[in-house]
Amino acid sequence: MSIALFHAWVGIVLCGLGLFGFIVHRHLLRRLLAFNIMGSGSFLILVGLAQDGRGADPVPQALVLTGIVVAVASTALALVILRRWYRVSGASTLPEDV
Amino acid sequence: MTAPFALPWLLVVPLAGALATLLVAQRWRARVSLALLPLLWLAAFALLGDLAANGIRPYALGGWGAPLGIALVADGLALAMILLTTFVFSACAVYAVGHPGGQGPGAFLWPVSWFLVAALHSIWLAADIFNLYVGLELLGLAAVGLVALTGSAEALAAALRYLLATLLGSLAYLLGVALLYAAGGSLALADLAALAASGAMPRVALAFMTVGLILKSALFPLHAWLPPAHGGALSAVSALLSALVVKASLYVLIRLWLALGPPVTPLAAANVLGALGTGAVLWGGWMAWRQTKLKYLVAYSTVAQVGFLFLFFPLATGTAAAAARLAWDGTLLMLVSHALAKAGMFLAAGNLVLAVGSPRIADLSGISRFRPLSLFSFGLAGMTLMGLPPSGGFTAKWLLLQSALASGQWWWLPVPILGGLLSAAYVFKVLRHAFVEGPKRDHFHSPSAALELSALALAAASVAIGMAARVPLEWMRLGSPFGVTG
Repeated sequence: MSIALFHAWVGIVLCGLGLFGFIVHRHLLRRLLAFNIMGSGSFLILVGLAQDGRGADPVPQALVLTGIVVAVASTALALVILRRWYRVSGASTLPEDV
Repeated sequence: MTAPFALPWLLVVPLAGALATLLVAQRWRARVSLALLPLLWLAAFALLGDLAANGIRPYALGGWGAPLGIALVADGLALAMILLTTFVFSACAVYAVGHPGGQGPGAFLWPVSWFLVAALHSIWLAADIFNLYVGLELLGLAAVGLVALTGSAEALAAALRYLLATLLGSLAYLLGVALLYAAGGSLALADLAALAASGAMPRVALAFMTVGLILKSALFPLHAWLPPAHGGALSAVSALLSALVVKASLYVLIRLWLALGPPVTPLAAANVLGALGTGAVLWGGWMAWRQTKLKYLVAYSTVAQVGFLFLFFPLATGTAAAAARLAWDGTLLMLVSHALAKAGMFLAAGNLVLAVGSPRIADLSGISRFRPLSLFSFGLAGMTLMGLPPSGGFTAKWLLLQSALASGQWWWLPVPILGGLLSAAYVFKVLRHAFVEGPKRDHFHSPSAALELSALALAAASVAIGMAARVPLEWMRLGSPFGVTG
């Protein structure tokens, strides 16, 4: 197994862990962290799988850079709304999820 | 031959609008937005002229070509979506200017909705699957921002739920992009057809992307986030979200499905999508009928109407060319007329709620004498949703029924008919309450003429497009697999 393929497998494991956490946890901050773990996993898959047996490839690396920017932006927006929700309602979970 | 100069402007104008409205003082935001609208129209019509004169031509942003640069391309369908976006956004902008709630909590309405338009345009014009991902993500963030705008506890909860759904959907889509790139080494939509022979990878990728995109389109049973998000937002925001945002992920799904072609898109999966669409039509219609709040009724109606659009997949996968073309025509006409009707209906519903000062349907009694124009717009939009002739909804359903007959899939026939009956049930529920002469009230507020006319313009357009469907349908086939000119 090449190192690139190993990266892809780690990515798959991270994605699975993230999805598991996303479904199991009710606390919104934990769900956001789980989402970020899933995101990192998919970036590893994107880079690892594309470079397996083909050598270095700039395209997936550029894509992952863009993807990280998007993930940071969405995490920031989620945190802002989450904090506001906590201040308004005093809850850290969504209503029906209690 | 000059480059298709209109394409970049379709992104530059809304981005400039977003930045300009963010920088100027709050009281100038609406005026700056209205001043920029003609530029958006100009760019859209320049694209129309370019497409008519020179045909389909790609444009590389900043002179950087694929694979690292961003390529834009517009075919007939993209042009139709751009004109639709521009029209719906203009009507919503006129509405928001006149809306009394647009000043306080709505201060960020302008920058964020301009970002929403930029994200929509980047999706309509994208030529590769990764730019579609970025567009979908930007669209999701802008839409969540608009839902959270009022800052109330309900709005924040709806926005959070929407955000979690849209992030999960984007991630599933991104995984699909990773698998497709690993399989074929290309991101361009045009190169995806070559992947057909490369084993199971494209199928797995398509499965991930489909699940992510139906979550974003709120297809039954993944629709739970939609009603609170669309029903609880400001009316102009609800109209934009229901008319355009849920259609964007469906647009991406249709593009992917057609680009990958039958070897990768199994009929069984298409039938599952059709069955889920049927479930959406029935469940959404039933839930809409049971609502007590007017805007939630309209929001559940979106869940139902999105279901019709998913009939495209069984009707156009592996069927004869004539049946597939009818399905394409019917689905896109349904998409456009639903966008116009639903935007009009949300604006009209917003006017009715504003007039009686209560979100409940039961409090509408007596409104028919006071706000006949808003009620008329609501009914006109309802006519399209029910599919009464000569509205756009009628023509679209007629094309879908013909496609079901031509492809021999008679079991889809009852879906548009039952869906139309359910739509009639919930539209008439509202009208019945509106015509009841309830206890005498003398405190109806009157929305300004701009509010009523913007709702009427959208509702009237949704009916008019049914009578003049031939020309837009011919345009939308341009550059599609169903086109005569290719």
